[in-house]
Parts: sequence; structure tokens; C-alpha cells
Amino acid sequence: MQASDRFNINSQLEHLQAKYVGTGHADLTRFEWAVNIQRDSYASYVGHYPMLAYFAIAENESIGRERYNFMQDAQA
Amino acid sequence: MDDEIQKTQEERKKMEQQLASMNTVTFDTEFYSSNKFEGYEKSIPVNDDDDAFDTENEVARKMASFTAPKQFFKEVPRGAGEEDEPSGFNKPGKIIDREDDYRRRRLNRVISPERNDPFLDKTPGPEVRTYADVMREEALKRQKEELMKEIAKKKKEEQEKAADKKEEVEKPAQKRRNRWDQSQDEGGAKKAKAGSDWDQPDSTPGIGRWDATPTPGRVGDATPSVKKNRWDETPTPGRVADSDATPAGGATPGATPAGMSWDATPKLAGLATPTPKRQRSRWDETPATMGSATPMSGATPAAAYTPGVTPVGGVELATPTPGAINLRGPVTPEQYNLMRWEKDIEERNRPLTDEELDAMFPQEGYKILDPPASYVPIRTPARKLLATPTPIGTPLYSIPEENRGQQFDVPKEMPGGLPFMKPEDYQYFGSLLNEEDEEELSPDEQKERKIMKLLLKVKNGTPPQRKTALRQLTDKAREFGAGPLFNRILPLLMQPTLEDQERHLLVKVIDRVLYKLDELVRPYVHKILVVIEPLLIDEDYYARVEGREIISNLSKAAGLATMIAAMRPDIDNIDEYVRNTTARAFSVVASALGIPALLPFLKAVCQSKKSWQARHTGIKIVQQIAILIGCAVLPHLRSLVEIIEHGLNDENQKVRTITALSLAALAEAAAPYGIESFDSVLKPLWKGIRSHRGKVLAAFLKAIGFIIPLMDAVYASYYTKEVMVVLIREFQSPDEEMKKIVLKVVKQCVSTEGVEPDYIRQDILPEFFRNFWVRRMALDRRNYKQLVETTVEIANKVGVADIVGRIVEDLKDESEPYRRMVMETIEKVVANLGASDIDSRLEELLIDGILYAFQEQTSDDANVMLNGFGAVVNALGQRVKPYLPQICGTIKWRLNNKSAKVRQQAADLISRIAVVMKQCGEEQLMGHLGVVLYEYLGEEYPEVLGSILGALKAIVNVIGMTKMTPPIKDLLPRLTPILKNRHEKVQENCIDLVGRIADRGAEFVPAREWMRICFELLEMLKAHKKGIRRATVNTFGYIAKAIGPQDVLATLLNNLKVQERQNRVCTTVAIAIVAETCSPFTVLPALMNEYRVPELNVQNGVLKSLSFLFEYIGEMGKDYIYAVTPLLEDALMDRDLVHRQTAASAVKHMALGVAGLGCEDALVHLLNYVWPNIFETSPHVINAVMEAIEGMRVALGAAVVLNYCLQGLFHPARKVREVYWKIYNSLYIGAQDALVASYPILEDDENNVYSRPELNMFI
Repeated sequence: MQASDRFNINSQLEHLQAKYVGTGHADLTRFEWAVNIQRDSYASYVGHYPMLAYFAIAENESIGRERYNFMQDAQA
Repeated sequence: MDDEIQKTQEERKKMEQQLASMNTVTFDTEFYSSNKFEGYEKSIPVNDDDDAFDTENEVARKMASFTAPKQFFKEVPRGAGEEDEPSGFNKPGKIIDREDDYRRRRLNRVISPERNDPFLDKTPGPEVRTYADVMREEALKRQKEELMKEIAKKKKEEQEKAADKKEEVEKPAQKRRNRWDQSQDEGGAKKAKAGSDWDQPDSTPGIGRWDATPTPGRVGDATPSVKKNRWDETPTPGRVADSDATPAGGATPGATPAGMSWDATPKLAGLATPTPKRQRSRWDETPATMGSATPMSGATPAAAYTPGVTPVGGVELATPTPGAINLRGPVTPEQYNLMRWEKDIEERNRPLTDEELDAMFPQEGYKILDPPASYVPIRTPARKLLATPTPIGTPLYSIPEENRGQQFDVPKEMPGGLPFMKPEDYQYFGSLLNEEDEEELSPDEQKERKIMKLLLKVKNGTPPQRKTALRQLTDKAREFGAGPLFNRILPLLMQPTLEDQERHLLVKVIDRVLYKLDELVRPYVHKILVVIEPLLIDEDYYARVEGREIISNLSKAAGLATMIAAMRPDIDNIDEYVRNTTARAFSVVASALGIPALLPFLKAVCQSKKSWQARHTGIKIVQQIAILIGCAVLPHLRSLVEIIEHGLNDENQKVRTITALSLAALAEAAAPYGIESFDSVLKPLWKGIRSHRGKVLAAFLKAIGFIIPLMDAVYASYYTKEVMVVLIREFQSPDEEMKKIVLKVVKQCVSTEGVEPDYIRQDILPEFFRNFWVRRMALDRRNYKQLVETTVEIANKVGVADIVGRIVEDLKDESEPYRRMVMETIEKVVANLGASDIDSRLEELLIDGILYAFQEQTSDDANVMLNGFGAVVNALGQRVKPYLPQICGTIKWRLNNKSAKVRQQAADLISRIAVVMKQCGEEQLMGHLGVVLYEYLGEEYPEVLGSILGALKAIVNVIGMTKMTPPIKDLLPRLTPILKNRHEKVQENCIDLVGRIADRGAEFVPAREWMRICFELLEMLKAHKKGIRRATVNTFGYIAKAIGPQDVLATLLNNLKVQERQNRVCTTVAIAIVAETCSPFTVLPALMNEYRVPELNVQNGVLKSLSFLFEYIGEMGKDYIYAVTPLLEDALMDRDLVHRQTAASAVKHMALGVAGLGCEDALVHLLNYVWPNIFETSPHVINAVMEAIEGMRVALGAAVVLNYCLQGLFHPARKVREVYWKIYNSLYIGAQDALVASYPILEDDENNVYSRPELNMFI
């Protein structure tokens, strides 16, 4: 690698990515990745009201209860 | 077997050549070297570094009809190298050269010895300086100063008395000088200092105290009296020690330059300089002398002259620095010669010994006299060493003692890869040259040496050297310890020959080290402040910012208590410079640690009973806080005002002045809020403006001027009327400072809401114009500006007619600067308010005056007149019609003038008023002007030619192509040769004009002419100026549209074969633009055919054109994507990196353009070719590949790309995993939510549940 390359955006890309929660790296275990997937999923369900409504009908629960459950699961 | 291979290879080559020649365009092989890869870059840079500097208006650019990728415009083409010289950085300048006398006073300060850290858990030993010691010293100094002043005063009185007695009869008693004179006299030497000279101490002893003690470390024993001149004194050995008042003396002989003083170089006074009593500044001194300031183990001051040892006793052959040559810069060979010659002379002129005299004179007839009783032999060691002749040898020649460690005049190769040392560095780093065995040194010395090496690398080294050295210094800061580090760094910062860059680097070192040392810096806080504080008043903005940053970090590291303890003694220092910088430093501390923390201390200082200096500085701190942190003072406004309000009634007038100024600063910072905080000071201020005179009054007025805008309309109006009486009285003041303040206050009062126009008209205007609108005001730049601003502000209230009516006659004044001031005011007023107020009589006067002023101008600064003319004509609009013939007559006459400036200005004026001429329906006149301008196209001055082209452009713009005279078909052929002109202004105006014609009137010109212009334009794509390149690209598009793409395209494709990269880049852009303007299908076939040429450059050029092309055409690309896919397939599989890189960026643009348009099949196909490139390491290639994948994410959706990713996320090879995770991460950041639906289904294990059953629900 040339000296100039060390300072360009490519070398910093991974560093930049690492700032976001949920991004991964070469040493990530299956478990850690799965945790991220779970949390992202619950966050996404909670974030999309139509999805919540859909789950609520399917499970015969109130939308609020669904949201509460997902929040609890996401924290677990 | 080999033969066979060779044969087939040859055959293939032949075939390829045939193939190449079958194309329409062929190229001469002789132009291209055999190795076609030679000199090419392996990848094309991604030009994204200088985006931050692009201040161009994005909207304006989007409005333009043409486009080209940003990086193309950004790309600054490099010439063959000769143009690089002027555009390079300025030569680094020395700080000292741009400093004024006041700023140079920083060098009078002493780097004080370290102090006790009260936070440590031990009682300080007797050798440690505590806060009490420092305070005692300061008090002593002050007492001494006062005593001296007393003595001086008495002496003066006696003298005056004696003089009075003598001349009693003829001369009445001398008039008491008034205050104004007094402070101006004192300010004589320091006129140009940083702040205003309000706060000069009365106590500055008149008799050149600063001249008398130019050396640092001498501040203490200034001798203000006339009689006691130091020069008359016999130097005594104890001299150094008698600087007991300064803390420098015994405490740290090493770190402070105190040990050096004049007596170290008597030779200067005696031999080298012809006038021994000449005032010597520090700069004349040999830096070598200051060498004694750096601690050198065991060396006496005299022996420490040179890093080595002087071989022949006395006359220092080896010191690079004798005599009066001042070593501000690196020593040139001439200077060395001069020094050598001087040394030679000194050698001959040295005092003769008795033996020599005996040998010279006859034995009889001479008598040896006894020395006079008053003679005292020289005892100062340094002086003695020089004054006595060489003890050894003949004056002619002696074999010098051999000393390998000795360095001679020639700077020698630095050992151990150290950077080059400048002569003035020897005193600090000289000991690095002694090739001592590092092993023999004590650990401390080794540490010192290490620090010195690192510092030298930081100061003089190459960037990589500097970087590693800086990092080492930072990492090992605690290991080195605060003491050794600062003892090395700080003297360097006091070096008189320091350059900006060097100071920046050293300050950076301090900054880094501070961060590491944290609380260990406490004993050194004052030391650091001494060298950093001067940065706060530096004229360089970045130096000030740097200084603030350091002090802010320092206060965070050391804590408030230490900061206050370190700076408290300086608050009532006798030297105004010290107080000034300390106040500024305190304001930085306040902003770093919060104002509330500092409030109790400030309160105490501002109420100090002991000295007015302390009160003055305290109040000044408040002022500086207001200036520094601006509106952030608001929460503390009331307490800050309360702290300083009593200063308005202080017994000392300087304190009253600074209090008023601080209030002004607070009000300015708080505007438009916080009037309630100032309630308590309104009364004293009001009383003050009635009772004070002179400077104090000016300060009070300033405070009121800043407070009035905060008030409600009703109050503001009332107070304005109140203060206006005083202001109007002061209109006549002869003092410049007062004038400026009065103008400023008038401006602020007038602009407040409650002030009625009628009131201004009746009460202010007559006096205002009588006193200020005089010729004298135009002579001083600052007065001029302030007056114009104030008048414009008044005009905003009272309207155009009043103001313009009053000054319009002055356009015919005989003083040109005054006319210019009038013109500028009229321009601003008219531009602000329009000309509808102006009646016909005034209009006549105005035009008449403007024409007069315009014709009579002689100075170079012509823009004011031009702008004024343009503004007035544009404001008057159609009303200017009757005057147009006269104006055009003037212009025509001036276009014929001998002076280039006048011609240029006349042409510029045409472009300013062209629009108005059109409004007035004077098309005939314009046509006439067009012909006149056309005749002047032979102009030889490029500046003028540029303006003429600009004027032509303005005329063409307003009257259109068809009505233009001369007709376009005559005009354009005349412009073609001008395109060759290399002057930027000419190029820019010319290309604009050509582009305009190509856009609107291409049909008036034969196609052949356009082709000719195309060739010229290719050259202009390389122009340095972005505007020119953009206009050129634009014009290409217009021309291609006008004459059809075929011919233009052939030219451009041919151009792809040239060697020069810049040229090829320009060409690719041009091709893409032609494709955009003439639809891609006219260009693509020829372009893709060109890819068959087996030539790297051509193929890359084609790919790059495709990349640009798809970037421009956006969604139009969906019709062409299938056509180019085979080509891109090939390129993405090519062995050449650049092929793949460029193809990947083409794929990116394509994908982004066709997202959502149903081209997924082709895109997936292309992604399959892009994907294998993810393991590339070349930064440009990998960048392009990653971007292509990002593009695919947009076009295909995150799920598709995720599926490509999954295969490698948990690959056994780490290298593979790393790359895949990088892609995954950018995917994740780009489309986190979209991924949720497409994550793989993970099997649960015994402990954890990975499944996400929700997504399987189905109703």
C-alpha cells in the first residue's frame, strides 16, 4: 500500500461503519449477528404501524400490546 | 514449438493492426512509444479531496443548461510544471517581520521558573517558588517602578524649575499639556499596537524604558532616569545577579535567557559597531550569546558560545555570528564572507600587548604612564575573554588544535538522519552535533538529547519525520516529564527568528503534550502562558485561534485555581503589554471553564483597592469575555455588569474609560437583548457624558451608542435626543478616535426604531454635513468608511433626496478622494433605496455630476466610479434616456483614450448600462456601440480586450442575434483567433460570447467555422479557471446541436488517442455532452466501435465517456443498457485494472439511472461481473467497485445484494470475511430496514432462540 492510500476514505470506511450500532466485523460471532438481526427486526416491526396492525390481527392482540411485547423482546 | 507460438502471435498482431486500420480513424504509431503503458497512471484518481473548498452556488450551477460531473470541473489541470511556481505557497515569513513594536514586547517577557503546585501533598521546599513569592516579587517590582517614577518626576521638576528661572522673563510658564497630547506622546513608539491605545498606563516612563532594556530578563532593572544611563556604568561581575528583581536570575540559569545581557558582547559596542551608544535592539545581538541561555552542563556562559569549544582563545573563529550582522534569516554565503572578513579586521585591530608595543616602539622617548585612578579593569568574564587578546600564538597563524567534535561554518551533515539545522538553531540544538557517545551520558542528559532530537525533527524535518516525532513526543510525554519538555520547547518559541510554520508546529507539540501531561503541567502554567499569550494578539487569525485553543486546554488540564494563581500576579503588572495579554488569556479561561466559575474572582479583582491596574485589568477581562464569547454572555450579563459598574465612577480615568468600553462590548455582544441588565449603569453613563471630556467621553459615548439599540422604541428615541446634544457638540472634535466613535454612535442611534426622520432632518443633518462632509474626512481610510456607512444609515431613515441633494454638488469638488467618497455614498444610497425620490432637477445635477466625476478621475482605484455610475443609471432606468447620447459620447471618446485603464473602464461601463439602454429603446445607439467595439477587437492589452468582449456580450445579450451589428457572421470569425489568447479574462469573456452565439445564433455561421472553433475549444478544456472549462463544455454542446454530432464526434474520438491525460479527460467529457445534447443513439455506435481499437487509452476513454454519458442521461439510459452490456462485460473481465475501474463506475451510473425502470435482468448480469472485483486492493478500483455495488443496492434492492453477501460473511479466511463485512456494513447502513425481511433463517440452538416467527404469520 502506498503512503497516500493510508489516509483516504477507503481506509477510514471501516472505522466510519463501526460508528453505527448493528454493523459487523470479521470477528463477529454468529450469536452477536443474530442478536443484531433480532433487534433490527423488532425495531422495524415497531416502526411500521401497518406491520404492527398485521401482527395484531394475526395474534388477536391489541396493537399496543404487540408494540409493548416487541419492545420487551428487543431489550431482552 | 516456440516458433509456432511466435508465428501465431505475429499473425494475431497483424490482424489486430488490420482491424485498427479498418476503422475510420487511424493514428500514427510513431507518436506513441513502444511501451504503451509507459507513463500512464494505473488508476484514475477519485477527485474528492477538494470538495470542501467549493463555495460555488449550487443552485446557480443547476440552473445552467449544461452539466458535467463535479470532479471534472474540480480537476485543476497541471501545466508542464512552469505554471506551478506562481501558484505555490508564499515563502514562509518570519513572525517578527510583520510584528509591530507593541507585539515585539512579547520578547521582553521572561519565561518564569516553575512554581509550586499547591495541589501536591507536600510543603514546598525553600527553593520552590510559591504564589506568595511571586506576589512579593511583583509588589517589589511595582514599588521600584513607582520609586523610579517619583525620582524621574522630581528630576524633571528640578530641571523645569531651573529652566523657568532662566527664561522667566521671555517665556511665560509652560502650558500644562492636556490629556490628549500626553497620551499621544507616550504612544509614540507603540502607535500601531493591537488594541486601541486607550489603556496605556500613565505610568510608562517617558524615557525610552523599552529601548534601554531590550534583553529579556532585564525587565526589572529599567532605569528611567536620564542621568543614570547604563552605558556609563562600569560593568561589574555581579551585574547579572543584580537582576534580583526579576525572578529569572538565580532560580533557573538554564531555562531563562536571563543570564545573557549586554555585557556578554561588549565587542559589539567597542569594536564592531561604530556608534557604541546606538540603541541596540535584541535583534542585533549574536544568537550565539543566547546560547548561554540553554543549559549546557557545566559550561560557563563564555564557553557556551559555540556548541563546541573555541579553538583559538577569544576571537571566536567558529561561532557563526559575530558582530552587527543580524541573523534574522538563514546565513547566506555573502554574509559568511562578511563575517570572516570582519573577524580578520578584528584580529588586526585587537589591543596590543605590552610586549608587542615594546617591540614596535623605540626604547627611548616614550614613557609608560600609570592608568588613571578611576580606571576599573573589566572583570566580567565574557567581556574579559573578548577584550584581552589571544593568549596563545602569533596573530598570523597557529595550527589549530584538532577537535573532531567541532563544527565549522559549513553546516555539516546531521548525524542520525536529523534534519537540516539553520544557523539560528545551533544555540538550541547545537549540542546534538557533539558526537558524544550516548552511552556515557547520564539518563537525564540522554532524555534531554532525545527530546531535542524530536523537537528538531518536528521543527525542521520532513512531513513524515515530523509526524513520527510528534507522535513519539506525545506518547512519551509523561515519561519525559513536564519539566524537561517545557524547558526545551518554550525557549524555542521565544526565538526571535521563528517562522509562522515553525511556531504552528511547536504550538501543536505543546497542545499534544498538554493533553497527555494533564495535571503535571501545573508548575509550568505561567511559563506556558508567557509564550502563548502573545499569540492572542497576533494579527494572524489562525495564530489567535491556536493560542486560544492552547490556553483553553491548559486551563482544563491545570484547573481554575492554578490558572488564577498563575495569572493573578500579572494582573497588576507594571507593563501594560503583560496586563493586556493576561486579560485576553483570562477571557479564554472564562470561556473554557465557564463564566460563573470566574465571577467571584473577577469581582474581587475589579474591586481591588490596592492598585488601579488590577481594577483596570479586571474590567478589561470582562470586555474580552464579551468580545470572545458573544451572545453567550447573556445568562451572566447582569452579574458582569454589576461587577464592573462601579468602575464608571473610579478615581482613575483609565479605569473609567475601560469600564465604558467594556459596557459597550457587553451591549454589543448581548444585542438585541438584555437592556434590563444595563439599567443600573444608565445613570452614571448619562452623568458621565455631561461631565467628562476627551477620551473618557468618547468611551462613554460608545457605551451609550451600543446600549441604545437594545432599548424600546420610546426610550431609544428619548435617549437619542438626550445624547444627541453631546454628540452634536462633539461633531467638531478634532480627535480622530472621537470622530469615529461619534459617527458610529450616530449610526446606531439613527438606525433605532423610535427615531423620527423629521428629527434627524432638522436636528442632526445640518451639523452632520457641516462637520463631517469635508474633504479631510476622505483622506483617512477608516474615517471614510465610517462616514459612508453612517450616511447610508441616515439615508435609510430620511430618504434619498435629502442626502443626495446635499452632496450631489460635491461630485464636482476638486479633491478626487472626496469625489470618490461622495460617489460611493450615492451608489450605496441609490442601490438601497432606488431613485424614485429624485426629482428632475436633482436628476440633472446627478447625471451631470457623475459624468464629471467619471471623466475627471485619475486614480487607479476606478471601481468606485464605475459602480456608482452603473448603480445610478440602473436606478434611474428609463429616465436616463435623454442623457444616453451624452453618456455614449463620453464612452466612445474614452474608448479611444491612450490609457489602457480608461479604455477598460469605458468598456466595462457599457456592459453595466446595456440593459438600461435597451429599456430606453436605444437599439440604434447600441448597434453603433457594437460596431465601435468590434473595431477595437485588435486591442493588445488583455485586460482591456476582456472588457471589450464583455461589453460586446452584454450588447448581444440585450439586442439579440438578428439585430446585432456587426452581423454575427462577421463577428464570430473575428473571435476565433481570440480564443487562442491565453489570458484568463479574455478567454472567459470570449468563450461566453461564443457560447452565446452558438446557443442562439448558430445558423448565422457556416459549419466549417464551427468546426474550427471546436478545435480551439479542446484546448480550452484545460483552462485553469473553472468558469472557462464549464463555458467550454457548454459551448461544445451547443455547437454539436447546431451542426450535428458526426463531425464533432470524429474530432473528439481522434482526440482520445493523444498522450496527455488531461486532454483525454476533457475529450471524454465533451463526448458525453455531445451525447446528451444530440441523443445517445447518435453517439453510442461510433463510440462503441471505437472500443475495438486495441489501444489502452482509447478503450479507457470510451469507458470513461460511457460513464459520464450514463451519468448525464440518467433514466434515458434504460434504452441503451442492453446495447452496452456486452462491451461492459468485456471491460469488467479485462486484465487492466483501469478498465475494470472505469467500467465499474459506468455500471454504477447506469444502475442509479435506471433504478425502478425494469432493467433488473441486465443489472444482475452486470453485478455478476462486478462482484469478483471486490477483492481488489487498489484504492481507486475498490472504491469504484464498492460504489457500483451500492448502485446495485439502489437498483436491485438490498435483498439481492445481501444474498451475494451471505456466502462470505462467515468464510474461514479472515481476508474474505473482512471484505464481505465491509460490503454488508455499507448495505446495512444504506438499507437497514429493508434487510429485515431478507435475513436468513437461523436455526435455534439449545440456549438461544434465533428464529423470527412473526414474519411467518399469514392471515
